[in-house]
Amino acid sequence: MTSKPTVALEAAGFGPGRPGPQLPGPCEGVAGDDRLAALFAAAEARHAKTRRVVAALLRWLVYVGALLTTLVLLFLVGYILANGVPYLTPSLFAWEYTSDNVSLMPALVNTLLMAALALLMAVPVGVGSAIYLVEYAPRGNRFVQMVRITAETLQGIPSIIYGLFGMLFFVTTLKWNLSLMAGACTLAIMVLPVVMRTTEEALLAVPDAYREGGFGLGAGRLRTVFRCVMPSAVPGILGGVILALGRCVGEVAALMFTAGSIAQVPDFIGGLAEGGLAGLGAHFFDSARTLAVHMYVLASEGLHMNETYATAVVLLVMVVLLNLLATFAAKRMEKGNKHD
Amino acid sequence: MSRLQIKEGLARALFMAAAGISLLAVALICVFLFANGVPAIAQIGLPDFLFGTTWRPANDIYGIFPMIVGSVYVTAGALLIGVPTGLLCAIFLSRFAHGKVAALLKPGVELLAGIPSVVYGFFGLVVIVPFIRENMSGRGLSLLAASVLLGIMILPTIITVAQSALDAVPRKHYEGALALGADHERSVFRVVVPAASSGIMAGIVLGVGRAIGETMAVIMVAGNQTLIPSSIFEGVRTMTANIVLEMGYAADLHRGALIATGVVLFVFILLITTLFNLIRKRGEAA
Repeated sequence: MTSKPTVALEAAGFGPGRPGPQLPGPCEGVAGDDRLAALFAAAEARHAKTRRVVAALLRWLVYVGALLTTLVLLFLVGYILANGVPYLTPSLFAWEYTSDNVSLMPALVNTLLMAALALLMAVPVGVGSAIYLVEYAPRGNRFVQMVRITAETLQGIPSIIYGLFGMLFFVTTLKWNLSLMAGACTLAIMVLPVVMRTTEEALLAVPDAYREGGFGLGAGRLRTVFRCVMPSAVPGILGGVILALGRCVGEVAALMFTAGSIAQVPDFIGGLAEGGLAGLGAHFFDSARTLAVHMYVLASEGLHMNETYATAVVLLVMVVLLNLLATFAAKRMEKGNKHD
Repeated sequence: MSRLQIKEGLARALFMAAAGISLLAVALICVFLFANGVPAIAQIGLPDFLFGTTWRPANDIYGIFPMIVGSVYVTAGALLIGVPTGLLCAIFLSRFAHGKVAALLKPGVELLAGIPSVVYGFFGLVVIVPFIRENMSGRGLSLLAASVLLGIMILPTIITVAQSALDAVPRKHYEGALALGADHERSVFRVVVPAASSGIMAGIVLGVGRAIGETMAVIMVAGNQTLIPSSIFEGVRTMTANIVLEMGYAADLHRGALIATGVVLFVFILLITTLFNLIRKRGEAA
């Protein structure tokens, strides 16, 4: 196509990249109409081609974005597994940690203890407050609004701030020293909003007919909540608890200055033998290194790279399993509510 | 009062107390952080503390400006990498993926969100840092490494939030665009994405919060020099890194200055949370 007609077309407002008006039909029989129609058709075709190119480009961009995400995930997990799995030796799971054999067993036990303690505190409080917000509080209540805002604030606070607070409050002010207990309490506050929000959502998803049924049968509010509402919310709540557990397992920054990094399981049995229950309790105030802290210490020392990879594998596997469980719980929840 | 009424009243009081605990927690965190940080800021002087470019605890000079700049740089870099990738991936999941692909990718994104930051940090240390050292310049422990790693770490946040925003756009918007003659891609990018923009923005703001608060992963790859970097291949120290690196042995004013760094970070996070809520409220109103 020559440039002159294009200019003329553009001047008439039929430029490329703009959807043109209807082409004049050739039936009017004016001389030169056929030529004009051909020009229009060509412009239209070019326009359609640009649009096709742009569409293809956008489509490819979207595919590249998705592909990049997938590749990063696969590479990260694959790299850690490939380098770590060969070093998952029995000695890595020896009962005692020494500076030669950096066993992850004490840290693993501490992680389970710490997470269990934290959840023991966070779950009743989180579930209780969600029950209050959904089942008891009047709608639009000021107190409820404030609790929601604080829960959102808590959820946004980075873990290092929790660590600082735990250090200032539990470790220094309450004089608990670097301890299992101080770490667990810090973690409990950190995961409280997670438990609370998921429980709230699970309770809200239960149809009101259940509540009405409970009340209609003469049950009080407490009985209605626990007998009629809670059973179908349990999978959702469990999903939240698992999510919280995952955060406890992976946390480092909140624990470095609250639980410390002693690579030993507190000597509960010895304490029990010596001082009975008081002796047992005293060991909750021993410093304890969790698996994630253990991995950070190993990585920053840089002396046991292979063991660090292996520790990362154990952490990854734990997280993957927890993830699967949470997804499973969520599916159960969805299914349960669809049946209704 | 009957026994039942007493039981009901007691339960209500217990649940209410539980709900009060999160209020108490936020109050305690604020009180303890500010009570320990503010005196140190007062002693150093607010302008000297915020805008001082020298951090030398041995001489009692505490200026955290390089750390503030470090946090901002690293976060900006993470957004530059994480936002386009995450947004495109969210668009893919919401409007392009076929059932089976989405069913595989979605749990993958959730897994990405669940991986502990120390594992990310280690990955950065053994993969990203050597790559930059050998193929580009510098020691590898750098602003670039931290940005790339954080860009990966904020991906799941952005993808999840953006996808739910995109999924929430009414079907008629998309169908209307198709009916006007736009193709699938054009409809998605010119109609669906703008309609979901406030949700997408909320996801980005949430990503900013995650990036600025991330600690362990950044420490492991950023180099942690207390200087304002002049290129992306130089090391940076973020506010979070400053706290963790020195808290172990700090005392007196030094310790106070580190807690005050936490206070500054906390204020940043509060601003971001407020911004997030504002955007979400506006999105709900629209």
